[in-house]
Amino acid sequence: MKLNSPMEVWKYLPGTNCKACGEKTCLAFASLLLERKKKLEECPPLFEPEYAEKGKKLAELLAPEVKEVEIGVGESARKIGGEDVMHRHERTFFNRTALAYDVWDTMKEEELRERVRKITDWKKFYVGEFLKVDAIAIRSVSGEAKTFAGCVKRVAEETDFPLVLCSFNAKVIEEGLKEVSDRKPLIYAADKENWKEFLEIAKRYKVPVVLFSPDLDMLNSLAVTFSSAGVEDIVLDPGTYPEGEGLQQTFSRFVRIRRAGIMEGNKGIAYPLMSVPMSAWMIHEDGDKAENRLEASYWEAIIADLFIIKYADIMVLHSIEPHSLIPERTLVANIYTDPRRPVSVEPGLREIGNPTEKSPLFVTTNFALTYYTVESDISSNKIDSYLMVVDSEGIGVESAVAGGQLNAESFKDALESFKVEDKVKHKTMVIPGLAARLSGETEDVTGWTVLVGPRDSGRIPDWMDKNWPPETVS
Amino acid sequence: MARTKANANANPKRISLEEIARILERYDIIELEDVKINGDLEIELAVGGVTIPPSIAQALQSIISVPAPAKELELISTKFEVAKTEWNGQIEEVTIGATPADGGSREVTVTIGGEKALPFYNFDYQMPHPPVISVDCFDMPISLAKAVREHYEDVMEDPGEWAKKNVREFGADMVTIHLISTDPMIKDTPAREAAKTVEEVLQAVKVPIVIGGSGNPDKDPEVLEAAAEAAEGERCLIASANLNMDYERIAKAALKHGHVILSWTQLDINAQKTLNRYLFKMGVPREDIVIDPTTAALGYGLDYAFTNIERMRISALKGDTDLAFPISCGITNAWGAREAWMKNSPIKEDSDWGPAVYRGPLYEIMTGLTLGIAGGDVFMMMHPKAAAAVKKVTRMLFGAKDTEDKGKKVKIEDWVTWEE
Repeated sequence: MKLNSPMEVWKYLPGTNCKACGEKTCLAFASLLLERKKKLEECPPLFEPEYAEKGKKLAELLAPEVKEVEIGVGESARKIGGEDVMHRHERTFFNRTALAYDVWDTMKEEELRERVRKITDWKKFYVGEFLKVDAIAIRSVSGEAKTFAGCVKRVAEETDFPLVLCSFNAKVIEEGLKEVSDRKPLIYAADKENWKEFLEIAKRYKVPVVLFSPDLDMLNSLAVTFSSAGVEDIVLDPGTYPEGEGLQQTFSRFVRIRRAGIMEGNKGIAYPLMSVPMSAWMIHEDGDKAENRLEASYWEAIIADLFIIKYADIMVLHSIEPHSLIPERTLVANIYTDPRRPVSVEPGLREIGNPTEKSPLFVTTNFALTYYTVESDISSNKIDSYLMVVDSEGIGVESAVAGGQLNAESFKDALESFKVEDKVKHKTMVIPGLAARLSGETEDVTGWTVLVGPRDSGRIPDWMDKNWPPETVS
Repeated sequence: MARTKANANANPKRISLEEIARILERYDIIELEDVKINGDLEIELAVGGVTIPPSIAQALQSIISVPAPAKELELISTKFEVAKTEWNGQIEEVTIGATPADGGSREVTVTIGGEKALPFYNFDYQMPHPPVISVDCFDMPISLAKAVREHYEDVMEDPGEWAKKNVREFGADMVTIHLISTDPMIKDTPAREAAKTVEEVLQAVKVPIVIGGSGNPDKDPEVLEAAAEAAEGERCLIASANLNMDYERIAKAALKHGHVILSWTQLDINAQKTLNRYLFKMGVPREDIVIDPTTAALGYGLDYAFTNIERMRISALKGDTDLAFPISCGITNAWGAREAWMKNSPIKEDSDWGPAVYRGPLYEIMTGLTLGIAGGDVFMMMHPKAAAAVKKVTRMLFGAKDTEDKGKKVKIEDWVTWEE
């Protein structure tokens, strides 16, 4: 994207403040365009002859540096690519790395369906929402077109997730594609041998296509050839070598491709990137099975870590064990959150469930991560209670106690300014275990009874069994 | 008049044969492929006195008479090129540990820093030193996650044995001794006694050591001062000086007894610059400073820690000398993430979390590797498997020749047909 401020965008808008977009002013609309929260199409005048010229120019200037490609349809469709910066603090990364987990066409039907359901249904609560994974990659191990097509059909019956159809044999891909031609799957992959057939298929079925080559001249050539032929929904796989010098060079390729696209404006290669951390499994085949599987899944997660950070827009993974899914998906959430979003929530007294004057009063800080964790732990366990969110300048409990942002005085201020006594008659508060060292002083300063809760709010239910109600309440 | 298919749909434009001839000649074209002439047409060659070269006549002939064969698609051959990024700044090179030649008793020393590019961007500038792992030990038994505890149960009572195990069995490049029992809220161990523990650890291992306090801002200056004196000349990393305490006392002790100082701030670039400037003002040489911008666990603020470190490193490379120091990361903090140790999810709707013993090490690994990619040079770690994995992958990315490369033997595109 070539524009940096709302004013620069505004210059290309009609400037009539007509409100057709739902915003009060063109400038407000301009800033939302910049944030990608509104689309140009929401400004109808821009498509009238008078402004059409400006509109066209604006569309060009607003286009992200890396092409944005959509895979799948409907609610679970995922956009990948569309990035504008090399480092998240320069603005933000926009479209999180799509995590695709694999199935293969030699799986027994029941096993296949169960794996697809597991991938589709997986969820993990994190900062106010449930994380899910993104896509399913179907590998043709058999190399048989009919077998693959049957597998694709069954997967499609079980899930709405976007699909990645994987085979270097164009005939196999086409048979599979026929089953899901309305689902806009990503097809994998065209290489230096088969690209003509893949180009033909991508055109005919209007589906996004992955181009594969670790030789970057060849990869660039394939991309230019496809886009010249009118196929613009391209994803590039420069190959994921799992170890040693190969891994080092893979890292180098991902960084240099993205650099060429974003910093040097090389449109010929500015496409979303695919990484395949599951290549880790190909080097972990010997030895004890269980231990070996664990090793392979760890190494796969390590490769995933590298390329979640350095520029993979979609990746294919194999382990669907919880110890893989949880950290992989959490890292994606961390790297792809907008670094400009506030780190704190509003301090105040929150009611969870239907608390009465005898319900417990829990205390936490206004660091967003801490707050959402505590809030969800209490509400998910259906504990009717009050939660006092103390202003710790947006810092978590442990650091805020060490740094002095959380102290006996801040508890006192919170009790007074939120008028907690009006609601909680028992004058007893439960402070976080990590703030235990503040308990004595807090009792002195506030006159309230202080109970020290668990060090992790996930243990509040256990703590309640043993400690609630205390004598001061009953 | 001839109208090509290409512009048949665009603005209709008349073009004379003379113009066609000129265009074809200018571009040295002898044959037109993929051109269809629609409708009846007549072309008279050599109209209006235009002389048409035989080759052009042939080219025109090919348009008119012979239907062009279906175009054989050809690869548009291009070269991939991208410039190197060159920076003005360079990270300070810092050596931890001193051999007898330099007044210490270490058998090996560790050198970090010296970077002139982002971590592992060897295509810009070869990283001078790989990141190093310092494995933690404590001066008293502490509560640890089960997955970690099982590796240390036999040495928890003895810091010297603990340190030895870290080097001998877990491949530690350095050992960190945390003097946590000195905290008045814990055991309030006197500084003098803590200094003895440091001597014990120095005798037990031959690698450089990191000396950590308890984190109590009132007690640490006294404890670290005594420890620095006891470790005279060993060039330990003293952890740490912080703005919320009498950092001057700690820095003075490090200076006086020949140590490196860890300058620790909490996720705040400006505070880091401020503290570093205070240290410069006190006369601490640049090659005696390592910074700790604070580590947060995967899922618990790792995004802030990552970006904070990445921004510091980029500022330093751009020339901000206040921040141009090697970075140390307390990766053991990863175990603060409940996902690293808790048996089941406290959230009822979550999918099954699986065994905690599998999750924990991966939380430590991913926290470490992520901060390594941001700019970390020293990783303080705890789980042996995690320490080994982070060491292995960072050495590969660094370009160490001693790493395995089974990847060379596999055809990577075969993942598509791979079977367990």
